Amino acid sequence: MKITALLAALVLYSLPATAEPLMATGDLGLIVERATGSLLEVNTTHARILRRIEGLGDLSHASMVFSRDERYAFVFGRDGGLSKIDMLTGLIVKRVMQSGNAIGGAISQDGTIIAVANYTPGGVKFFDTDTLELLAEIPTGSKVVGIEDSTDNRFAFSLWENKQGEGEIWVADLSIDRKNPKITQFPNIGKQPYDALISPDGRWYVAGLFGEKGIAVLDMWHPERGVKRALPDYGRSDPTLPVYKMPHLETWAMVGNLAFIPGVGRHEVVIVDVSTWQQVGVIPVAGQPVFVIARPDGRQLWVNFAFPDYAKVQVIDVEARQVINTLQPGKAVLHMEFSPRGEQVWLSVRDGNRVEVYDTRTQKKRAELPALAPSGIFFTPRAHRFGL
Amino acid sequence: MKIAIKLPFALLFLSATLASADPSPARIKELTHFVRQECGFCHGLHLTGGLGSPLTAPALHGKDAETLIAATLHGIPGTAMPGWAPFLSNADAHWIIHALKTGFPK
Repeated sequence: MKITALLAALVLYSLPATAEPLMATGDLGLIVERATGSLLEVNTTHARILRRIEGLGDLSHASMVFSRDERYAFVFGRDGGLSKIDMLTGLIVKRVMQSGNAIGGAISQDGTIIAVANYTPGGVKFFDTDTLELLAEIPTGSKVVGIEDSTDNRFAFSLWENKQGEGEIWVADLSIDRKNPKITQFPNIGKQPYDALISPDGRWYVAGLFGEKGIAVLDMWHPERGVKRALPDYGRSDPTLPVYKMPHLETWAMVGNLAFIPGVGRHEVVIVDVSTWQQVGVIPVAGQPVFVIARPDGRQLWVNFAFPDYAKVQVIDVEARQVINTLQPGKAVLHMEFSPRGEQVWLSVRDGNRVEVYDTRTQKKRAELPALAPSGIFFTPRAHRFGL
Repeated sequence: MKIAIKLPFALLFLSATLASADPSPARIKELTHFVRQECGFCHGLHLTGGLGSPLTAPALHGKDAETLIAATLHGIPGTAMPGWAPFLSNADAHWIIHALKTGFPK
């Protein structure tokens, strides 16, 4: 009897002072509301909005990465703002203006370093994830694109145009000294690299070229072998063919040995065998693809499109290599994000001011959430993957 | 970025004459959205630049309007700037450039 009372007292005593239930962050995410400079925090298990987070500045083309404990988001704003957000409280814990115009960033393998790529002034800056204190800075004299994290606390990024009008790839190695990155430069990798990706294993850094055909590939296991060109026929077949929105490469879909990549300016998804870096096929689609993303099991690809075909989304069956469904969510589907194991996908519908949640098996809509001109959707499990 | 486009004389003449009529208020609303959103992908929602050059009034100060209109409609070879002629009339492009040069509406 006494013991029971004592236990009851202990249980009562150990309850947290506030009524807030304990919460984990593994099924949370943030949705960028680009026009208002705000974020929506969401729960993906219950398809629910938790709160709106405001005061993030210019979020056109904003992206983010997550800390390895999935508690904090690091948001890269167009205006050079770097904001650290606590997913548990929805508060901006820290915010620094680190440049005049930024394009994106990455987080190191060990989770202690944030790297930000800047357009103005061109270069890369490194910050401590705890304090957002500046660790190091690499001026490049060019707009920096396609910054990606790899193994051994290395980051790879591309220079849009050096003084000679050529693109370059640089690798910064922060494994020895976080304050003195060791830089390796690879000049003349092709004209106007516009974005890049790193393969899910962190090994292959691939830059897409806008100014000429082909791609530039760097083996992060063997950087001493240099940058190699591949896919000589990939790119704009006709330089006068307009490209209304640059495709995104960061999430090139990789399934087994095959990568599925957006055709540049063409209404097709290109299939590449990455064991040989040869193009092995194309899949015709409804517009110029922007994102081609693979469901985590690799069985489906979901594709969205550039203006003027951006009201549609197409689903491709990977085995059959053909479109199996065309959805019409409405004008300006800007981004898509899968739940960690891919049973659902979230789509942002900019002009419809909503986010739509689809069951990927049936491809039927199962929820709709209001959002202000939503663009990027980012779920916390990205924390554990290279290159996201 | 330098804009160097040689235009056929006829085209210059066309855009200069057709542009005299402003687009309707409804069209202006569409164009405002179009510039902020579609152009904003590369030039920024606030038009302060990105992969594309800034399109703010100070950034465009002193730049020839007809050259900018031609770039809007026909693109700039050798750059990522596409031509938007399939979606914009001459009057549309004329209105956009003049609006940009005088401070673009929200």
